[in-house]
Amino acid sequence: MELKGLTIARVRGALESGETTAAALAGQVLAYAQQENRRNNAFLVFSPERAMAQAQRIDEMVKRRQPLPPLAGVPLAVKDVIVTRGLRTTCASRILANYVPPYDATAVRRLEEAGAVIVGKTNCDEFAMGSSSENSAYAPVRNPRDLERVPGGSSGGSAAAVAADMCVVALGSDTGGSIRQPASFCGVVGLMGTYGRVSRYGLVAFASSLDHIGPFGKTVRDAAALLEVMAGRDPSDSTSAAVPVPPYLAELDRPEARDLRGFRVGVPREYFAAGLDPEVGDRVHSSIERLRGLGADIRDIRLPHTDYAIACYYIICMAEASSNLARYDGVRYGVRSPRCRNLSLVECYRATRGEGFGPEVKRRIMLGTYVLSAGYYDAYYRKAQKVRALVARDFSEAFRDVDVIVTPVAPTPAFRLGEKTEDPLRMYLSDIYTITASLAGIPGISVPCGANGAGLPIGMQILARHFNEPAMLRAAQAFELFGAQ
Amino acid sequence: MKITEKDVRYVADLAHLELSAEEIARFVPQLDEILGYMDKLNELDTTQVEPMAQVVYEQDELETLRADQDRPGFSQETALANAPDSGAGHFKVPRVIER
Repeated sequence: MELKGLTIARVRGALESGETTAAALAGQVLAYAQQENRRNNAFLVFSPERAMAQAQRIDEMVKRRQPLPPLAGVPLAVKDVIVTRGLRTTCASRILANYVPPYDATAVRRLEEAGAVIVGKTNCDEFAMGSSSENSAYAPVRNPRDLERVPGGSSGGSAAAVAADMCVVALGSDTGGSIRQPASFCGVVGLMGTYGRVSRYGLVAFASSLDHIGPFGKTVRDAAALLEVMAGRDPSDSTSAAVPVPPYLAELDRPEARDLRGFRVGVPREYFAAGLDPEVGDRVHSSIERLRGLGADIRDIRLPHTDYAIACYYIICMAEASSNLARYDGVRYGVRSPRCRNLSLVECYRATRGEGFGPEVKRRIMLGTYVLSAGYYDAYYRKAQKVRALVARDFSEAFRDVDVIVTPVAPTPAFRLGEKTEDPLRMYLSDIYTITASLAGIPGISVPCGANGAGLPIGMQILARHFNEPAMLRAAQAFELFGAQ
Repeated sequence: MKITEKDVRYVADLAHLELSAEEIARFVPQLDEILGYMDKLNELDTTQVEPMAQVVYEQDELETLRADQDRPGFSQETALANAPDSGAGHFKVPRVIER
């Protein structure tokens, strides 16, 4: 069957009508994906056995005319920082080159229980640290829209896989924009829920107070479908919220969801200031006009601490990363330096970690260690936590007057491979529009809103207050179906 | 220059990271530039602000607790399956105690 533009609904229709079987679709997707992968490196590993076993289970259900679960037969790719039982998980690092997890992440388990067919693990920045997927220890991911450009990061492989029709949906992780920004660069939908909405159990930790698992899809509805399956309290993640999961899809199907009458949309002037590529600004502004055309009440708002968010975010995430990555020491899992034969235990840690981590990971571990070290903890880490409170407060105050906030996702469309690798700080500064939501713990979605003159995709970000994914999804879908050009 | 080679060596030591001379030389100006940027936060008066360690929500105090009951865990075999070196049911590591 035609793989281009395939959605969850189309897969279901095809299974129910007998147009295809889950096994045939899985086989077709795997063959196509393995071929495309040679051009874009979106995947690190394919999982044909697991995919076929699941597909056969689904086909049995079809044959027996049993009711099909919500994601029956849907080809799914999983970012390689999310553990999959029995399926090698490397976090795109050399230090976990041979790691085979003995358990599944809760999000993966829930999606598989809902019928999803896992086709493989996607490439990304090492340990999710990066904004371009060039920090993979294995190969850089290439943007399917222009192979000389980055797909964004850190979930570049998942975004590219969906954009290139190598799967129907994918999982990524978002700490400071790692789902939303690659979605924007690749022209697909990427969703980060409220912090705690989706269990982090099985997400290899980078920055525990900022990490999220979230979906990629070609449509808002498909991203919402995955969120609905994954979301909800998980006893294995003490930070997962015991807040009931609304019926996201049912709410999107309501007739009122077709327009935005009565909806208040905030536009923060700080996100449209110097540094924003004019073509990106134009696209997002005209998209906001389309929201107005759908009945939305557009309002100017201020988010006054935006300028401090990058410094705040990077201090916090690097500090947390230095702690989270201390476990990679060649003792319980991962590789150990061959030199350890002749080294003391501590020398063995140093050699293993020195050989196993890439430069960006080392930079962040060192900076994190520095800002937490005696004498610097108050000046950096504690200070950053206070600024975080100010950034979060900006949003709670803004949401008193608006239902959603709309911004660009990134200051530019996809940049060229190698363009920003020499200057780490320059790479960090490009995260400006996405990190604030992570600091505040609010949900955000990136929806395609057009392209620049060269055909490079541009995304629009929609933010909502904690647990108000329904408002975020409603605005995103209305725009996608009735407002987009 | 805020950050020197000595600082980089010190921090690499704390973090158990072995760095080559070439890596150290490359990291010094990068870390210096990044830390310099972080100074921006000093423009803000945060004396009246409580630090925000994480996102927290109102919920039942007992929500994150479970009954203190024994539950099955990994078998020893599973737990050791990814170990670079193991033996006699243990993880094996280089010698710690000097004789």
